[in-house]
Amino acid sequence: MVERPQNPSVGLFATCLVDLFRPSVGFAAAKLLEAAGCRVAVPRAQTCCGQPAYNSGAKADAKRIARRVIATFRPFDYVVAPSGSCAGMIKAHYPEAFADDPRWLPRAEALAAKTYELTGFLHDVMGVRAVPGKFEGIAAYHDSCSSLREMKVREQPRALLGAVPGLALRELPGRDVCCGFGGTFCVKYPEISNHMTADKCREIAESGADTVIAGDMGCLLNIAGKMLRDGRAIRAYHVAEVLAGVEAAPIGQVKPEAEEATA
Amino acid sequence: MTEMSPLHFKEASVRALGDAELQRALGNMRQGFIEKRSKAAARLPEFEALRDKAKEIKDHVLAHLDVYLEQFEKNCVANGGTVHWAKDTAQARDIILNICRLVGAETVTKGKSMVGEEIAINAFLEANGIRPIETDLGEYIIQLRNEPPSHLIAPAIHVNKEQVAEAFRAHHRDLSPERPLTDRAALLNEARRALRERFLEADVGITGANFLVAETGSTMIVTNEGNGDLTQTLPRIHIVIASLEKVVPNLDDAMTLVRVLARSATGQEMSVYTTISTGAKRPGDLDGPEQFHVVLIDNGRSKLVGTEFQEVLRCIRCGACLNHCPVYGSVGGHAYGSVYPGPIGKVLTPALYGLDKARDLPNASSFCGRCEDVCPMRIPLPKMMRHWREQEYQQRLIAPRLRWALRAWAFVAAQLPTLYHLGARVAAFWLYRRGKKLHGRLAALPYAEGWTRFRDFPAPLGKTFQSQWRGARRHKRAEAPPAGPPS
Repeated sequence: MVERPQNPSVGLFATCLVDLFRPSVGFAAAKLLEAAGCRVAVPRAQTCCGQPAYNSGAKADAKRIARRVIATFRPFDYVVAPSGSCAGMIKAHYPEAFADDPRWLPRAEALAAKTYELTGFLHDVMGVRAVPGKFEGIAAYHDSCSSLREMKVREQPRALLGAVPGLALRELPGRDVCCGFGGTFCVKYPEISNHMTADKCREIAESGADTVIAGDMGCLLNIAGKMLRDGRAIRAYHVAEVLAGVEAAPIGQVKPEAEEATA
Repeated sequence: MTEMSPLHFKEASVRALGDAELQRALGNMRQGFIEKRSKAAARLPEFEALRDKAKEIKDHVLAHLDVYLEQFEKNCVANGGTVHWAKDTAQARDIILNICRLVGAETVTKGKSMVGEEIAINAFLEANGIRPIETDLGEYIIQLRNEPPSHLIAPAIHVNKEQVAEAFRAHHRDLSPERPLTDRAALLNEARRALRERFLEADVGITGANFLVAETGSTMIVTNEGNGDLTQTLPRIHIVIASLEKVVPNLDDAMTLVRVLARSATGQEMSVYTTISTGAKRPGDLDGPEQFHVVLIDNGRSKLVGTEFQEVLRCIRCGACLNHCPVYGSVGGHAYGSVYPGPIGKVLTPALYGLDKARDLPNASSFCGRCEDVCPMRIPLPKMMRHWREQEYQQRLIAPRLRWALRAWAFVAAQLPTLYHLGARVAAFWLYRRGKKLHGRLAALPYAEGWTRFRDFPAPLGKTFQSQWRGARRHKRAEAPPAGPPS
């Protein structure tokens, strides 16, 4: 057996989208981390990872935010985000952004080395195999591009979801294809984004799933928003919620029973 | 020819999304390429190692580009070839035209060449009274249709077979109206029949080069149709046009690159024809051209060496990034308004045309990273698109309002987290109230029209995570020490 960290301190990087749109994901993540034996803290000084600025070419602004994140999360053994995108920003792009800065590069690298996406951390670092959640339904798991490519997270969420009683998982044929969110991309090129999202939603519906689960709020808001607009009765949940068994209405709905999508 | 400009990407992409024929063609193409590549990669256990090796070769060449180009020239000349150096499009065109004029050429056959497209050699020759005939089937089809290519290796990928038949009927005067042109084989035979005559008429054959081999002074092409061989061996004169970065040290290196090229492009282990040309016909040779010219074209490449864009010069034009790109798969190649579409075009086009004329290209990406994943040369395409966005921001090409909004937001997020959280709480509550009417979603939102035109917006639930968390855990036991503002 791999040695597991004992009672590590984990800084939960809650992400700006969870903060604003879906607090239950933050609570679910904390619950899972604590169940795995971590001491969880949510530093008040965190805001955003800076990705919107970084991907808009505003590198100096992104670095300003990055310095704040690096300083805020320095005290923890690990930093965990319920998002491959924000974790990927910290892990892959902070060191890149400070490549020419001898003072901040080692700090950025130190943070990068201890930063994880939630399911990757639970599965690979804490060795979690059993989870508290129960879920009735057939779900398609959507991989976010950053989870897949920057965080190398693919099998971990599937393995954990496999331990959820009542849940059947379906694989999408285009499981490595972007859902069309892409941060500012979806509002800058809405027609192209919509085309990609429509493809993804069609694929999810055709898989026979009644639920879509993902590890990134960006993808989820996008996919759920499209499902709602098109009147597809498919529920959307963050993977943390399903694993933790948090009782929340699907994303974009107010009650679990769902106001049946009109259309 | 259709007016092409990367300036019109947005409008062109919207048109492409609404073009039913194009969408049908794109739907047919996508999965084929992807599956073939993935199977070819899986069949070769050392494929990933081969990619590393290929990258290493090109990195080495780019670090010593001058040395290898001079070596290539020396050896090419020693074999009876002539090497011409062209700084830009105008020089390249003049060199080619002069060669054609010196031999009194009327008809020129052409193999497929992207740099040929880049310098628009066909239109130039035509304007000067010389008839260029494309001999690659895809290129031939789009030449008849008077269109630019829409893909690096499958230039007519946007055309359906009914449209091909239509083009043949319109242009092949000796084609009997009774002859059926419904299936692929019939179309191929008809193209072959028409092209055979052209091959024999041509005075000059122009091909591109996949590689220039420094050690032997040879040029090398890979094709699947054999048209390249007929183009370069039948006419009296063979002109090779190639951009500078095609040079590799030796044949072994070229073969390493060929092995990743074919697998990445079409999923083949090797292309059907791999043709190496070394100099002109020597006394005693049975065939071959009397003159062998190589036109080396810079056209902005050398400016990229030593910059953050140098790695794009590793590209071997396999097209894998296009095949795997969801944006390319949505809009096809023409929308990019550039000879080089898809992810590689998003990086290369601003370098060739100027960023101010191609601003949309590096922006029209969701940064999904699939292109980099499959690029045999491991070119970090998203990273380079981001470099262009950084230049766009630095050169103040983005709207001032957006620029200031970003700066203000970043300042608050970095320096004033308390204000940031207050803002988030206000936004969460306000959006929640608006969303209540529609049971938790928003159908319209100011500043988010691009989203709400096609999607609902799942509304926040009233309170932010931060405020709820603080409420739930009044005790600050596990709270990390407050961090001071970054110095």
